[in-house]
Amino acid sequence: MAIATDQIARSHTIAILVDNEAGVLARVIGLFSGRGYNIESLTVAEVDAGRRVSRITVVTSGTPMIIEQIKAQLSRLVPVHRVSDLTVEGPRVERELALVKVAGKGETRVESLRIADIFRARVVDSTNTSFVFELTGSAEKLNAFIDLMRPLGLVDVSRTGIVAISRGPNPL
Amino acid sequence: MSETQMTGAEMIVKALADQGVEFVFGYPGGAVLPIYDALFKTNSVRHILVRHEQGAVHSAEGYARSTGKVGVVLVTSGPGATNAVTGLTDALMDSIPIVCLTGQVATHLIGNDAFQEADTTGITRPCTKHNYLVKDVNQLARTIHEAFYVARTGRPGPVVVDLPKDIQLSLGTYAGPEKVSHRTYAPRMQGDTRAIEQAVELLANAKKPIFYSGGGVINSGDKASELLTKFVRMTGYPITNTLMGLGAYPASDKQFLGMLGMHGTYEANLAMHQCDVMLCVGARFDDRVTGRLDAFSPNSKKIHIDIDPSSVNKNVAVDVPIIGDVATVLEAMIDVWQKRSYKADPAALKQWWGQIGEWRARDCLAFRQEGAIIKPQYALQRLYELTKGQDTFITTEVGQHQMWAAQFMKFEKPNRWMTSGGLGTMGYGLPAAIGVQLAHPGKLVVDVAGEASILMNIQELSTAVQHRLPVKVFILNNQYMGMVRQWQELLHGGRYSESYTAALPDFVKLAEAFHAVGLRATKPEEMDDVIKEMMAVDRPVVVDVAVDQKENCYPMIPSGRAHYEMILADGDAQKQPTITDAGLALV
Ligand SMILES: Cc1ncc(C[n+]2csc(CCOP(=O)(O)OP(=O)(O)O)c2C)c(N)n1
Ligand SMILES: [Mg+2]
Repeated sequence: MAIATDQIARSHTIAILVDNEAGVLARVIGLFSGRGYNIESLTVAEVDAGRRVSRITVVTSGTPMIIEQIKAQLSRLVPVHRVSDLTVEGPRVERELALVKVAGKGETRVESLRIADIFRARVVDSTNTSFVFELTGSAEKLNAFIDLMRPLGLVDVSRTGIVAISRGPNPL
Repeated sequence: MSETQMTGAEMIVKALADQGVEFVFGYPGGAVLPIYDALFKTNSVRHILVRHEQGAVHSAEGYARSTGKVGVVLVTSGPGATNAVTGLTDALMDSIPIVCLTGQVATHLIGNDAFQEADTTGITRPCTKHNYLVKDVNQLARTIHEAFYVARTGRPGPVVVDLPKDIQLSLGTYAGPEKVSHRTYAPRMQGDTRAIEQAVELLANAKKPIFYSGGGVINSGDKASELLTKFVRMTGYPITNTLMGLGAYPASDKQFLGMLGMHGTYEANLAMHQCDVMLCVGARFDDRVTGRLDAFSPNSKKIHIDIDPSSVNKNVAVDVPIIGDVATVLEAMIDVWQKRSYKADPAALKQWWGQIGEWRARDCLAFRQEGAIIKPQYALQRLYELTKGQDTFITTEVGQHQMWAAQFMKFEKPNRWMTSGGLGTMGYGLPAAIGVQLAHPGKLVVDVAGEASILMNIQELSTAVQHRLPVKVFILNNQYMGMVRQWQELLHGGRYSESYTAALPDFVKLAEAFHAVGLRATKPEEMDDVIKEMMAVDRPVVVDVAVDQKENCYPMIPSGRAHYEMILADGDAQKQPTITDAGLALV
C-alpha cells in the first residue's frame, strides 16, 4: 500500500512493549535523538513483572512518512516486542497525572481550593501555607488547571507524561 | 550430568568453534587475557593478529563480504573497543554481519573509571545492530550464539558482546548454538503475496522499466543474484546497480547499464530519471543514488523489495513496498510472471532500448590516454584487462580511485567487490583485503587505493606479511586527496585548502621496510609490465602508480542536483550544471 505523503506534522501517541532489560530505554531515547525525532512526552514502567515486559508511551510529532519511519525504526530494535500508533489505530483513552504545589494565604488559598474542587483535584498534602493537589486527566485539562493556579501561588509542578490505552476489549 | 562446566573464556572459544568460525581478527590486552589464554590452548579457531583494532573490524568485514559469513573480532576494553568504533559504524552502514567481542573491566569495577574502562555498550549502542553486556557467566554462551543469530539474520549488521574479565574467569554451564531463538526478534522473509502480484503486474505493463538493485541482493546470498539475473533476462529490461550492489548482475551483460548515482553512468541515471516503473531490489534510495529528492524519477511507479521495513518510505515514497528477503521475494515474482505468462510490451521495450542506446552512445566514461602522464582511468582499465581472466577480488579505499574502480573494474559475480559505501571510510581497503585473502587463498586480491587513504591503515601491511597474505595494494598516487580537491575545484573556487598530500613517503621503500614488495609505474608504457609483475609475485605488493594530479572523476551529479543534471568529462562548459547555494551545504 502506498503511503500518505502530506507534509503536515501531527502529534501521535505511540505505545511500545519492550523487554525490561538494561539499556532498553537508552536505545529508544537514543533512536529519537540520533535521528532527530522529537519527544513531547515519555513514560515507562514495567507492566508484566513475570515476563519482564515494560510499556513505553511516547508522544511525538511528524508527517505521516516520519511517523512511519519512527515506528519502523522502533520495531527494528531487538528488545522491542510491539509498536502501536494509538493515534491512528482506533479510539483510545489518554491520561496524565500531575502533582501541583500552590503556596499562599487568605483569599487566594481559598480560591485555589475552590478551583481544585471544580477540576476534581484531590488535596494530597496541606500545610498552613500550602497545598499539593493531585489531578488526573487529559493534558489539556492539566494545562488549564496549572494556568489557573499560576496567579494563586503556583510554586511547583510534577507531571507523569501521557499514558494511553486503546478502547474496547483487545490488547495492544 | 550432561551439562559441561567450564570458564567463561573457554565458553567463548567453544562458542566460536560451534558457530563454525574459522578466523578471529583481534588484538590482545589486559581485559581479554583469559580469552587469549583459552585461544592458546585450542586449534579450532585461528587468530589473526592485526596492528590496529580498526583494521580488525575491516578485515572481518572483508572476510564477511567475500564469503557471506559472519566476521569475528576480538579486542580489549577501553582503547581496544573505542578503536573498533569506526569499523563497527562502517559495518552498520553497509549491513555487514560482524560479531565483535570486547573485553571489559570486572563487573564490580564497572562505573568506577577503572583502568581502561569505557562505557562500551553506551558508546557502541548507536553504531551496532545490537549489543550486550554479559553479567552472568551462565548467560554467556547463549548470548554469544544470539549475537551470531542477530548479526546474520534479517538486515545483517555488527553486534558487540562486552565481556567483563571476572565473567571470563568464572565457571559456568555452556549452552550450544542449537538452543537459540529470540522472543522478540524474528525478521520477516516472505513477501506479501498481493503486493508481489501487484508489483509483477506493474512491471509487465511497463513501457520504460528499470531494475535498480543494491547490496541487499548480495546480502541475501548467491541465490538472490542468480534469481535477479534470471528475472532481468526473462523480462529483457535494463538494470543498474548501486555501488554496494556491483557484481549481483554480470557487468559484461548487455542489459547492464553500469552503476548509478553521483558518479554513475549517463545511461543509468537518465534511465532512472525517465523510467515509468522502477523495481528497487535491496537498495535504500541513498542520497548518493537519488540526487535531488524532489526531482528523483518523477514519473515512475516505484516498487521496493527490502528486508528492513525502516528502509521503505524513508527517503522516497514508494507505491508498492514488499518487505521480505530478496531471494524469497524474487522467486515468488518470477513464479507469478511465468504462471500468468506475462510478456514485456515488445514495441515499447524496443523504443526504450533505442533511447538507452542513444544515451550509451554518449560514452560517458571515455578518456584519452595521451602524453607521458598516466591517467588513473587508464591504470584501472589495464588492471581490469589483465586480471579479468581470473577470479579477482577488489577492495578499495575512499576517494576518486574508489569511484574509478567502480566504473572500470567489472564484476561478473557477487562478493568480489568490497568497498566502504555508506560510511566512506578511508583506510578500509587494505585490512578488508586481508580478510578477503584469508577466505580465498590463491585468489588475486587487490586493494585499489589512494596515496592519502592508504596511510590511514598502512600498519596492516605488517599483518599481511606476518600471515603470508599476498594482497596487492594498487595506489593511484595523484599526490592529492583527489576527491576533496575535485570538490574544492567545483565548489570552492579552486582553493585547495589542505588537500595536497605533502611529504609523502616513498611507497616502494615503505613496502620494503615492511618486508613486502614495492613496485612503481610512472609512464603509461610501464603499466602492463608492472601489473603483470604484481600478479606474479606471491607476496604482499605495494604498487605506486604516479597518475595525473588534476584528473577529475566524471560523470558527476553535483550535490543538490537531479539525475539529468550531470557534469560530463567532455561536456559543453556553457551547459554544465553548477552547484547552487543549497547544494553547497550538502555533503
Ligand atoms: C576517515 C576519513 N577521513 C576523511 C574523509 C574525507 N575524504 C573523502 S575522499 C578523501 C581524499 C582521499 O584521498 P586519496 O586516498 O588520495 O584518494 P583520491 O581521491 O586522491 O583518489 C577524503 C579526505 C574520509 N572519507 N574518511
Ligand atoms: Mg590521492
